[in-house]
Amino acid sequence: MKRSTILFSLALTFASAGAAQAATLDDIKARGSILCGVSGGLAGFAQPDDKGNWNGIDVDFCRALAAAIFNDPTKVKFLPLTAKDRFTALQSREVDLLSRNTTWTSSRDTQLGFNFAGVIYYDAQGFMVRKSAKVSSALELSNTTVCTQSGTTTQLNLADYFRSNNMKYEAVVFNTADEVIKAYESGRCDVFTTDVSQIYAERLKLAKPDEHMILPELISKEPLGPLVRHGDDQWFDIVKWTLFAMLNAEEYDISQKTLEQRLKSDRPDVKRLLGIEGNYGEQFGLTNDWIVRIIRHVGNYGEIYDRNVGEGSRLKIDRGLNKLWNKGGIQYAPPVR
Amino acid sequence: MTDVPVRREKLKSSWIFRPGVRSAVIQILLVALVVLIGWFIYRTTRQNIITQRIPIGFDFFWIESGFSISQTLISFNENNTYARAFLVGLLNTLFVSALGVLFATVIGFLVGIGRLSQNWIIARLCGGYVELIRNLPLLFQILFWYLAVLAALPGPRQSFTFFGDIFINNRGILMPKPMFGDGIGIVAAVAAAGILLSIVMTALARRYRVQTGTALKTWPFSLLLIVVAPLFVFFFLKVGVTVDRPELKGFNFNGGLRIIPEFLALLIALSTYTAGFIAEIVRAGILAVPRGQTEAARALGLRRSKLLQLVVVPQAMRVIVPPLTSQYLNLFKNSSLAVSIGYPDLVSVFAGTTLNNTGQAIEILGITMLVYLVISLVISFVMNIYNRRIALRER
Ligand SMILES: N[C@@H](CCC(=O)N[C@@H](CS)C(=O)NCC(=O)O)C(=O)O
Repeated sequence: MKRSTILFSLALTFASAGAAQAATLDDIKARGSILCGVSGGLAGFAQPDDKGNWNGIDVDFCRALAAAIFNDPTKVKFLPLTAKDRFTALQSREVDLLSRNTTWTSSRDTQLGFNFAGVIYYDAQGFMVRKSAKVSSALELSNTTVCTQSGTTTQLNLADYFRSNNMKYEAVVFNTADEVIKAYESGRCDVFTTDVSQIYAERLKLAKPDEHMILPELISKEPLGPLVRHGDDQWFDIVKWTLFAMLNAEEYDISQKTLEQRLKSDRPDVKRLLGIEGNYGEQFGLTNDWIVRIIRHVGNYGEIYDRNVGEGSRLKIDRGLNKLWNKGGIQYAPPVR
Repeated sequence: MTDVPVRREKLKSSWIFRPGVRSAVIQILLVALVVLIGWFIYRTTRQNIITQRIPIGFDFFWIESGFSISQTLISFNENNTYARAFLVGLLNTLFVSALGVLFATVIGFLVGIGRLSQNWIIARLCGGYVELIRNLPLLFQILFWYLAVLAALPGPRQSFTFFGDIFINNRGILMPKPMFGDGIGIVAAVAAAGILLSIVMTALARRYRVQTGTALKTWPFSLLLIVVAPLFVFFFLKVGVTVDRPELKGFNFNGGLRIIPEFLALLIALSTYTAGFIAEIVRAGILAVPRGQTEAARALGLRRSKLLQLVVVPQAMRVIVPPLTSQYLNLFKNSSLAVSIGYPDLVSVFAGTTLNNTGQAIEILGITMLVYLVISLVISFVMNIYNRRIALRER
């Protein structure tokens, strides 16, 4: 009797696991929260504070999604993932999306079975060395030992760069960002390399940040953005347009401060964006005021940039390429129509 | 009183209570359950792969890897394939495990015997070693050796120098590497043949001794075969020898032979940790030999060394070998903690970097599991053969 019940329920569990290919949005609504894969602890991008609250631009992006879906930015569960584990976690449905300073590359977009929703941060790979080493260019790094993290584009760009410049090097490859920076600090390596934004963040972990400098060469393009699995276009659209919404909001000067006032605007494009006209939100299975929710709870792109990595943060990274297209950068979102 | 046999009759008649039938039913159910679970896993995986459009297969093996590895026993560079990266990782795992097993065994036996020593200080020291090592997590010990000990060494420019040519710094240990000219292969072959021949010779001599009771002296011949003959060939062929010395060039040393700190830290931690357990196994094995055996041997007038060699150790080994096997297996599997300090073992290179760059999670994890399984089985198999050889033979 008992045994057969167990058997039957087991069969059910597995059958439903097989059949649970339903829309991600429905899963999220049923679950009551978004599962968001983030970095394990990278200042400015995703880092828990002493109370366990997550902060960072990648974190805020997932909060924006929660605001859009649930009108509640706290309905996100953050899963810290190492560079090495992140893709299997997404493939195996452990998370609904990765918002984890991940570079958009062709193989990840195709072979690994993912779709990138856009670029939240245009980055590039750089090198950090000790000032005492007295080098001023990456081309002087021949015969060095370089610390880096496993399973990153960093590891591959590094090999490309040294190889194409005919420089000898030794790469010591670790699993987590903490291990990499510790090994660099201990003197195991002469050079620390990763995306420049992350060098800024990791440099803060060093005992004496001032004794280290970032070399001028940028050796790669690192467009970082959120990504989802192949096979669910609705969810892909939601993630993609949430990012666009935050960029468009900045472009139309809709921020946490100006929201109430902009809601009274009679410009048709602003009205469409804020769901006063048209059915922009319902097109994705959300409500029409979804962008209002995002701005109210989280803010526009400029705000989350500034708060987490820009002037309002410890990192103070210049916006550079990440300025809007009409302000001298390349951040550009398609129009709402 | 009278109705008792009747009830028993009833019980017997119900076939379901017959032990044979019952256990058969349970076994069939169990197998069915396993098959069912396997089928559902297969189905879910297949479906996921289809909806996510992930390519599957083993073609990735032949793609250029594009990364470099810090320790390679065979040559490797960015142009080599993932297949070769796999081989490099596998060899690194085997290398550190094999040396780990060797050192753990030596240290373990010394400490285990030391704990039984008459000398109070030695016994206490060995006891302290075991307690300390066994009660700290292995990962912690690996990190300790790596970050607290080896990383604390000075940089390349301030290296500790020994004999002018050996350098110790936070990039590892560097030493001169002898480079042999043509003909070294022949010398190696002669030495290998010498080793084989002396093994055969020793075995024959042993059999002769068992049969006739006369011991034959074999070691001079072994010496001749293993040392003198290869040396003779070496000088006869005039094999050239040059020395490749490590030299400081800019940031790092170039040339020479280098042992990287990741390898050292892992090897030290694995050997000392496993040795703690082996010591206890050895102690238990020795204590398991009945006192009467020792007393009898002493009554026969055997010296202490002969007593250990001929009476105690052979009997103790019967107790020691089975748990020793599982310590070897543990050490081998624990070597995968390498990833935490950047030692390029199989898990780091293959199940790490390769998996991440190709995304072939199922294939790569499958192969990795298979490799660990096969090597573990080989270790068990070899140890079982050894165990059978030393087992008690009833006469
Ligand atoms: N953008 C690169 C690198 C991303 C990456 O993982 N960077 C590391 C280096 S700082 C990191 O964020 N680690 C954080 C962690 O592992 O928790 C990629 O997508 O491959």
